[in-house]
Amino acid sequence: MKLTKLLTTAAMALGLATAAVAADKTKVGFIYVGPRNDGGWSQHHHEAAVEMAKHFGDKVEIVEQENVPEGADAERVITQMALQGADLIFTTSFGFMDPTVNVAKKFPNVKFEHATGYKTAPNVSVYSARFYEGRAIQGTLAGRMTKSNVVGYIASYPIPEVIRGINSAYIHAKKVNPNVKFKIVWAFTWFDPAKEADAAKVLIEQGADVILQHTDSTAPHAAAQAAGNVYTFGQAADMAEYGPMPRISSIIDVWAPYYIQRTQAVIDGSWASVNTWDGIKAGMVGIGEISDVVPADVKAEAVALQDAIVSGAYHPFTGPLNKQDGTPWLAAGEVADDGALAGLNFYVEGIEGAIPQ
Amino acid sequence: MIRLEKRPQPSQLWTYLTPVLAVLLTMIAGGALFAFLGKDPFEAIRTIFWDPLFSEFAFYYRPQLLVKGAPLVLIAIGLSLGFRAGIWNIGAEGQYIVGAICGAGVALALYPMEAFWLFPAMVIAGALGGMLWAMIPALLKVKFGTNEILVSLMLVYVAENLLASMAVGLLKNPEGFGFPGSRNLQQYPSAHNAELITGSGMHWGVVAALIAVIFAYVLLNRHMLGFHIRLTGEAPRAARFAGVRPARLILFCLGTSGALAGMAGLFEVSGPSGQIGIDFGSGYGFTAIIVAFLGRLHPVGILLAGGLMALTYIGGEIAQSNLGLPSSAIQLFQGMLLFFLLAVDVLTNFRIRLTNKAEVA
Repeated sequence: MKLTKLLTTAAMALGLATAAVAADKTKVGFIYVGPRNDGGWSQHHHEAAVEMAKHFGDKVEIVEQENVPEGADAERVITQMALQGADLIFTTSFGFMDPTVNVAKKFPNVKFEHATGYKTAPNVSVYSARFYEGRAIQGTLAGRMTKSNVVGYIASYPIPEVIRGINSAYIHAKKVNPNVKFKIVWAFTWFDPAKEADAAKVLIEQGADVILQHTDSTAPHAAAQAAGNVYTFGQAADMAEYGPMPRISSIIDVWAPYYIQRTQAVIDGSWASVNTWDGIKAGMVGIGEISDVVPADVKAEAVALQDAIVSGAYHPFTGPLNKQDGTPWLAAGEVADDGALAGLNFYVEGIEGAIPQ
Repeated sequence: MIRLEKRPQPSQLWTYLTPVLAVLLTMIAGGALFAFLGKDPFEAIRTIFWDPLFSEFAFYYRPQLLVKGAPLVLIAIGLSLGFRAGIWNIGAEGQYIVGAICGAGVALALYPMEAFWLFPAMVIAGALGGMLWAMIPALLKVKFGTNEILVSLMLVYVAENLLASMAVGLLKNPEGFGFPGSRNLQQYPSAHNAELITGSGMHWGVVAALIAVIFAYVLLNRHMLGFHIRLTGEAPRAARFAGVRPARLILFCLGTSGALAGMAGLFEVSGPSGQIGIDFGSGYGFTAIIVAFLGRLHPVGILLAGGLMALTYIGGEIAQSNLGLPSSAIQLFQGMLLFFLLAVDVLTNFRIRLTNKAEVA
């Protein structure tokens, strides 16, 4: 009896102490659609979250939830984080959009940041990265490196984000290699190593010797490695463990600076709803090192393109460009505006096949 | 020496005791698992089983238990009818998805018309959609003797692809800037399966689940058809002598479970979920199989099992964010529940005898 009482008192004292400390801490929540060790999208958000927490040290506490299904479950998980005192919540998948907006209505004092969506509110910001800039560099490399003139592309879902990437890669591959052809496989998943490996194998069988992927696992790299003379690109993560062959470069998601900046804003009380769409220049999109199997002149060409994008001298979607059906889209020298890019739902001229509907 | 001896009759006592024992064993093994992960096992178990009901934020979690449990119960009730008769519908997930597509399709086709009959029409469409999807394995079994386990399971993957196609094609929100996903039915008053009392979690799906429990109970205990179902499962030969027509029974069981799964999908898409999206199917149809067995295929048991399963979901989420438990540990924990249930089930049908070695040899 006595021991129990002693323990209870100790526990209460401890509880009070934690509560007191917690009051000073800014609590930041992160919700991931996949496992935090998926090797790609979710892992990079997780690592950025950890980096952000390290940056702030004792001032910030992070809470994380992984493998959250998009839909009703997401709404509950977000609500739960808000109830438990999170000050700022990052929801890191497109499908969390409506749940985020719904919960935000109920918790006007909590700030929300939704990745890759388009719905904002006074306490909801959206943020995304201009990955198509990285795709332009991949396209250039792919066009130069292919010998069969067949480039394989593992696409995830037919959403503007993915279609933008395909178009950007194709435009720039075509620019350096007019004979290039794209073969596109729709995997209808963001992360499924088995499906991705199958897609890669099919593409290789159909003659592709460069494979681009918009899915998050390293399975296509393993398949390419097994096949031999096939080049791949890291997606979301550098995937450097597959370099210098087959992985010859990568697009890396760099979220940590943004997370640090937004958390700082909450601490300072200066947070306001914003719509952020940053690219290579702002550091949100990283280009992984181009490996030595790429000839020096090709590498220089890719780096020059990257420099032009960073300096603002060049935009990957610059006319003249036609839509797939031949109707004009952008006149010579015309640059696509962000609105059109955000909702892009057609292929540019030259890409074969239809977007699944 | 320990020996298992078959009981002449399954033990009544153990039928009721095994689920409880399975839960206790899961707590012990789960606690050990959490301890290995470096978490306090008592705190973890308390978070999963206690916090959703009695913690500071229980006012939010309790209604969520209804939201999470209702589709599980609704689907499991339908499945249990077939399971009792030895008809194995493994594809409730597919029927759930198709029901949601059909029901939501009615609303989206009529958008933005407001009418009192719209929601009932959606419910009917959802039930019909699920039923028709389940009729495929049913008719194939009746006509060609195919295995309904395989066919119904395979049709889940067909349904998932159909769902993806609907989300990016036919049912896509025309004002969604090209992004996948339908209009959100929560913002369409006539089609919204709203909470009947705000903050209670009580939506039409919960009501339907409770009605289904009562109907199933009456059917199984008071009705000839229920007798036929039980008889077919327990003694197929005797059932034939008693005048049971197997084909009719297959169509009824698969059709009913499909219709209930379809309704569950409709209530989910028009309420908590709100829209047809690529990842709408979140595994309710498969989890319901666990619920059906955990509930001993008995309507009241299923109701309790659905509540328990919902508890592990909600509690598991709390444990993830509060204690930093990985989600795979929670899934493992839920898996243990079924594993232990099947393992201790042996006690229902067998008696443990301690004998000396000589006798065994």
